[in-house]
Amino acid sequence: MTTDTVSLDQLVAWLARFRELVSQQQGYLTELDSAIGDADHGSNMTRGMTAVMEKIGVSHDDGTQATLVDELFKSVGMTLVTSVGGASGPLYGTFFLRMGTTAGPVTTLDGAALSAALRAGLGGVVARGKAEAGDKTMFDAMAPALDALDASLATGGDCVTATAAAFSAAKAGRDATEPLVARKGRASYLGERSSGHLDPGATSTALLFEALADTLGQAPA
Amino acid sequence: MKKLINAPEAVLADALTGIAAAHPELNVDHVNRIIYRGTPTKAGKVALISGGGSGHEPLHGGFVGFGMLDAACAGEVFTSPTPDQMQEATKVADSGAGVLHIVKNYTGDVMNFEMAAEMAEAETGVKVSAVVVNDDVAVEDSTWTAGRRGVGTTVFLEKIVGAAAEEGRDLAAITALANLVNASGRSMGMALTSCTVPSAGKPTFEIPDDMMEIGVGIHGEPGRHRVALAGAASIAQQLVDPVLADLDFTSGPVIAMLNGMGGTPLIELYLMYGEVAKLLEKAGVTVARSLVGNYITSLDMAGCSVTLLKVDDELLKLWDAPVNTSGLRWGL
Repeated sequence: MTTDTVSLDQLVAWLARFRELVSQQQGYLTELDSAIGDADHGSNMTRGMTAVMEKIGVSHDDGTQATLVDELFKSVGMTLVTSVGGASGPLYGTFFLRMGTTAGPVTTLDGAALSAALRAGLGGVVARGKAEAGDKTMFDAMAPALDALDASLATGGDCVTATAAAFSAAKAGRDATEPLVARKGRASYLGERSSGHLDPGATSTALLFEALADTLGQAPA
Repeated sequence: MKKLINAPEAVLADALTGIAAAHPELNVDHVNRIIYRGTPTKAGKVALISGGGSGHEPLHGGFVGFGMLDAACAGEVFTSPTPDQMQEATKVADSGAGVLHIVKNYTGDVMNFEMAAEMAEAETGVKVSAVVVNDDVAVEDSTWTAGRRGVGTTVFLEKIVGAAAEEGRDLAAITALANLVNASGRSMGMALTSCTVPSAGKPTFEIPDDMMEIGVGIHGEPGRHRVALAGAASIAQQLVDPVLADLDFTSGPVIAMLNGMGGTPLIELYLMYGEVAKLLEKAGVTVARSLVGNYITSLDMAGCSVTLLKVDDELLKLWDAPVNTSGLRWGL
């Protein structure tokens, strides 16, 4: 039996899985972005997450230089900010920077702490991007995911079931962006023509929660 | 794709090498991809830093020098630079009087400059203020979009505010002036053909030979509408009308710019300016100064844009003040 917490190694594994997913779906993300944006979301996210794994995966046997959660997420956030560019860099970068600040100098996160850190990350995305529900952005996948996570934890769910619920909600949120008319970012200039396409940012956000659910859903080592 | 490049991924690095070779009076930091003045900013002068995606040359690197910018951050083609670049630019340009960030209104640019300002204030205590240029009248619905894009007025702003900074005005005065210039300028652009981003290798949008895009953005963003190709007089009308409809330019003199998008020869730009000048005269607009040429481009896009700026004696004086950059040079 393990206690219901997420370890630093699991958080690193989450990031590694996210890198794997964005890299596998790089072409798809870019294709979505070429329909309503500037055709670089897949390559930008892959470049950014590759830089992240290079930065945090150097030299230590346990796969990370950071020994505390806040160090890890601050390093991830700064690396994304400086390597991705465009809007995704500041948005994902701020997400991880705020997660780190809220998580603090700890080595594990329980469900409540994980939720609080993710909420702070979402707050950072909102502060940076000023997006609201229905603007056809990453917010539309992330906000429902965190609501589902909290609902699951509140009814006694553990981290595995809560993150699985978050992933389901993120997917549903992603899919719900298809008919929306974009009100933020470059897609907003298309007006009605942005409807009928999935939002690339919501799609990569669903991958972020897929990676989390995948990682925690595996039997602990 | 036929371009004078070595490899798509090396375009920016190779271009910076060329800029350094051609302009020994400038410093080029190839690691951080910033261009800054060869002579340090004098003490007490507010530093002007701009930047953005590459592909709009001479903007912004071509406007670094006496009378305009202190430093410019170059992003990948059509991709915003990152906050660490702006941090480095701030380090080399700040003389203690603070820094003005000149930002064109694109989501990525605005976010990256905001982060840079937060980081600068938190880490070094440098005072940073920002002006976000949003002068493109082609974007009609600013409430439900990312807002009007920053285009031609950026050139006017960097020149006029640059001259004021050389006079030693403080950061608050510089920021107020920058906001005044932004509020006084309007632009409208059009494209005959698409640009081709080197890393994409193919045109950003398809457009038939007998059509044109009215209201296009400087990254090939869609405009207000796509219409049948027409003569220069009609095109001029389709650009000037929405600009004049958006702001009253008859109450005083204006500076007018007829800007090329990068793929249109100067003879056509002058021809177009002639048409624009006729329309402005007919509308009762007095042109005090004009600028015709490629100043804020969109790679190899064929097309042009019109920018008008309302000015008074003060702004005209700042416009006429000496400037020594590779993109604008006079009065020396």
